[in-house]
Amino acid sequence: MKYTIILIMLIFPALLFYQTKSANEILKKIDENRLSDSKIIKAKMIIHGRRGKRVVEFKSWQRNIYDSFTEYLAPPREKGTKMLKLGNQLWTYSPHTDRTILISGHMLRQSVMGSDLSYEDMMEDPFLQNMYNAKIIGEDTILNRNVWILELKAKKRNASYDKRKIWVDKERFITLKENLYAKSGKLLKTVVVNEVMNVDGRWIPRTALYKDVLKTGKGTRIIVESIKFNKNIPDYIFSKASLRR
Amino acid sequence: MIKFLIKGLMRDRSRSLFPVLTVFAGVFLAVFLYSYINGVVSDMLKMTAHYQTGHLRIMTQAYAKEINQNPNDLALIGVNELLQKLNKKYPQMIWTPRIKFGGLLDIPDENRETKIQSPVIGIAVNLISKSSPEYKLLNIKSAIISGHIPNNPGEILIADEFAKKLNVGPGDTATLISSTMYGSMTMVNLKIAGTVYFGITAMDRSAIFTDISDIQSALDMQDAAGEILGFFPDDIYHDEQATLIASSFNEEFKNPEDKFSPQMGTLPKESGLSDYLATINSMSIVIIAIFIVTMSIVLWNAGLMGSLRRYGEIGVRLAIGENKGHIYRTLILESMIIGIFGSILGTLAGTGIAYLIQVYGLDMSFLFKKSSLMIPNELRARVTSGSFVIGFIPGIFSTVLGTSIAGIGIYKRQTSQLFKELEV
Repeated sequence: MKYTIILIMLIFPALLFYQTKSANEILKKIDENRLSDSKIIKAKMIIHGRRGKRVVEFKSWQRNIYDSFTEYLAPPREKGTKMLKLGNQLWTYSPHTDRTILISGHMLRQSVMGSDLSYEDMMEDPFLQNMYNAKIIGEDTILNRNVWILELKAKKRNASYDKRKIWVDKERFITLKENLYAKSGKLLKTVVVNEVMNVDGRWIPRTALYKDVLKTGKGTRIIVESIKFNKNIPDYIFSKASLRR
Repeated sequence: MIKFLIKGLMRDRSRSLFPVLTVFAGVFLAVFLYSYINGVVSDMLKMTAHYQTGHLRIMTQAYAKEINQNPNDLALIGVNELLQKLNKKYPQMIWTPRIKFGGLLDIPDENRETKIQSPVIGIAVNLISKSSPEYKLLNIKSAIISGHIPNNPGEILIADEFAKKLNVGPGDTATLISSTMYGSMTMVNLKIAGTVYFGITAMDRSAIFTDISDIQSALDMQDAAGEILGFFPDDIYHDEQATLIASSFNEEFKNPEDKFSPQMGTLPKESGLSDYLATINSMSIVIIAIFIVTMSIVLWNAGLMGSLRRYGEIGVRLAIGENKGHIYRTLILESMIIGIFGSILGTLAGTGIAYLIQVYGLDMSFLFKKSSLMIPNELRARVTSGSFVIGFIPGIFSTVLGTSIAGIGIYKRQTSQLFKELEV
């Protein structure tokens, strides 16, 4: 009996360490799968508002993980609106006013183009392993794929969401479902991937439904039309001057 | 008889001075408080009607549920057609569409980048049309501090205090950053035509007035408006008529199945002030009741003291054969004369002071520095016909009541004992 207790006391922390390590390993794999030095995405958002739906099309150039430049292509009212993110700063340019505005403070909580995404969602450090501690809390099946259920707890106080629950494909390391929570434990947003695609050996969502549960409406469906990884993107694109080009 | 009693009261000051002073003080306070409460409440109602609810307000049922957030995505659509119908069906009312919106006001520097930015609340009304009822309702012309009323599209009025905070003035450009009806971020450049003083802290801190067509275009709200307000032409709320109009409108246009169908509400309901007004009415009655009770006790006491002092006089009057009931009635008649006289003096003083506060106002802005309520910074009393009547109720009632109780002692006097008592 005495030896059993000693054995449990020795093995339990080791198991705990192993589990934590493997959960963090999964986070690393997720980051490796979806993040790259540069990428060019063309996508559209179908925004289901309280009075019908709207389709917003955009093209986005990303570099060094932290910088991005987005140009809205449709609808006509939004066409020409551009956004530039350099590190932790975000500017938007409106062709109607010829003004470049820094988006900061509570404006970051505003919705992007009326969708269920906020500017804060865009600003968060994309490296999950930098922002969260993870632990595996279960297993499940989604889209006929075996998944781990991971609970992520924020390491940093500036995280947009204090807790996340993610469902990760065991082989492809793509997140197929995600619940985002506030510090109070209240569910704020959900993301459900409906279709995935393989581009250059990476598994990425092709369509996903992003839903702000605090808003009435049916959420925002994001459809990736094309994505190119590790392309050379000229530096001038990531400058404030290119906003007015 | 009355003349005789008045002469008696005037010659014997000790019989009249203290009761008259008591009635005067009580009536003065009752009249003043009544006029003051009346003034504050009617100003608050007027402000609320002009800036928030109108005498009648139409919005979609969905918008009404989230009214505190100004949910323009739930606004009325097809406003021009609805206005035509309203003008045809209820021509006795003035109908005007409005959009309330929030956002940021961004002031550019010489490179057209942000110099300063501040949260803004906006009211979009018909500003450009010279026949717009809004000039009168919002008292725009006399509120102008600098610059002019907007003449062209894209021009706005800004609260003077807010303009000073942003360091802008007439002729400067400001960019409004807000959300469209569909939730997208939108920006529009606006030119400041003039600065205004609203006299309401909540608005003077951060408000702008824009023309409704500019905001309809900026917020993607063509032929849409958050609210349509209805006003009685005399600018006085008539509850009975308003309730009739609202119920007839709701019967025709409101569809409980369709959350975007319009509904109409009346000022007390829309402002949420109905309970508040009922409480204030009850408070007025309570105040008057307190004055009646307090003054009655004081005057009862005065009557008792008077009876003691006039013990001999009443005794003589009884001894020479005057009826007890007659003496009692003359005492009550005397008290009524005192009550009327004190009430006239108290009413004159109360309405006089209240009138001064009605004209000059009391600056209470220091109390509302952080307020978001539609309360004017200057509180004013309001002298109405009621002010001239209200004081007579406690004034006469309390003197009569006090004397009636004190005078009961007359009936306790024994005629057989009178001469013995009068020997003293």
